[in-house]
Amino acid sequence: MNFFVKYDLNILGRVAIAQVLEELALDYRIKSLGEIEIVESLDIDSRTLLADKLAVFGIAIVDDEKTALVQRIKLTIDTLIKDKEGISVKLSVYLSNVLNYSYAYLSNLFSELTHTSIENYVILCKVDYVKELIGTSNLTLTEIAFRLHYSSVAHLSGQFKKTTGLTPSSFQKILKKRKERLE
Amino acid sequence: MSIVQLNISLADDDEDDRLFFKEVIDDVKMDTALSLFNDGQELMRYLLKPDLILPNLIFLDLNMPIKNGMQCLREIRGNKKFKDVIIAIYSTSSSENDIEDTFVEGANIYINKPNSFKKLTEVVEKVLQINWQYQTSNLNKENFLFRI
Repeated sequence: MNFFVKYDLNILGRVAIAQVLEELALDYRIKSLGEIEIVESLDIDSRTLLADKLAVFGIAIVDDEKTALVQRIKLTIDTLIKDKEGISVKLSVYLSNVLNYSYAYLSNLFSELTHTSIENYVILCKVDYVKELIGTSNLTLTEIAFRLHYSSVAHLSGQFKKTTGLTPSSFQKILKKRKERLE
Repeated sequence: MSIVQLNISLADDDEDDRLFFKEVIDDVKMDTALSLFNDGQELMRYLLKPDLILPNLIFLDLNMPIKNGMQCLREIRGNKKFKDVIIAIYSTSSSENDIEDTFVEGANIYINKPNSFKKLTEVVEKVLQINWQYQTSNLNKENFLFRI
């Protein structure tokens, strides 16, 4: 038999990290946004062991500070998009407050390291989340538009089409046919 | 996850199109390695070599002699070894049926071959950018579907 599952990557990540750290008997605390604090300092061998065990789950330790900051920008955006409440301030203000850097600095750093702008990344993430909801939930497009704080369904459909080259309904049709093929 | 170098393969039976594509890739501001193939059979022979460093991204022309793009797509998607490889169809066909069929068979991107160097550069840059984001962010690869 075949069946379909949906999962939350943030939860999976946390559980996997917790499992590895407990296995190595490290005293740790998972801070938000992919930052982990451990009480003891690690020698090179333990660090390599930790990195190897995390790699099994596709998790990598970020060594350089700039890459780590870009990763925190991405995680802040991911969390925000999936948050039903949303924020009352502009994203630029929010990022700057949460991460304690000027938006100009964050924005330049992001473009320098990821080949795209923060604004484009946000759109790509929102559309990815719309795709996920279309594929795995029973929400209508109107409900999805409301949930992701689009001003209207037309705005959502327009951004979806502009970004993916497909309309939400043709995307849905492709997903449906893919599932039928697997059955 | 960090990508040091992006491995790209292109299978296209048209020599001009291959050279055109190579020139564009050489110009892009990303560290890339490109392998070119004259038809689908050459591509598949290459992909099935043992100990090969797999390409991150394969551009596939649909109309090719010996083994066409659709056959390659089915073989690649039928092999678990290639589950992380992103496939971009690169074709002159703009038939809605072709487009839908390739997506249903597991293609990630459908590109209508542009007819100018400038346009092709824009398209390739867009594909590489989106691909980069999917390889390095928490985006769901199951939903990696773009028509460009």
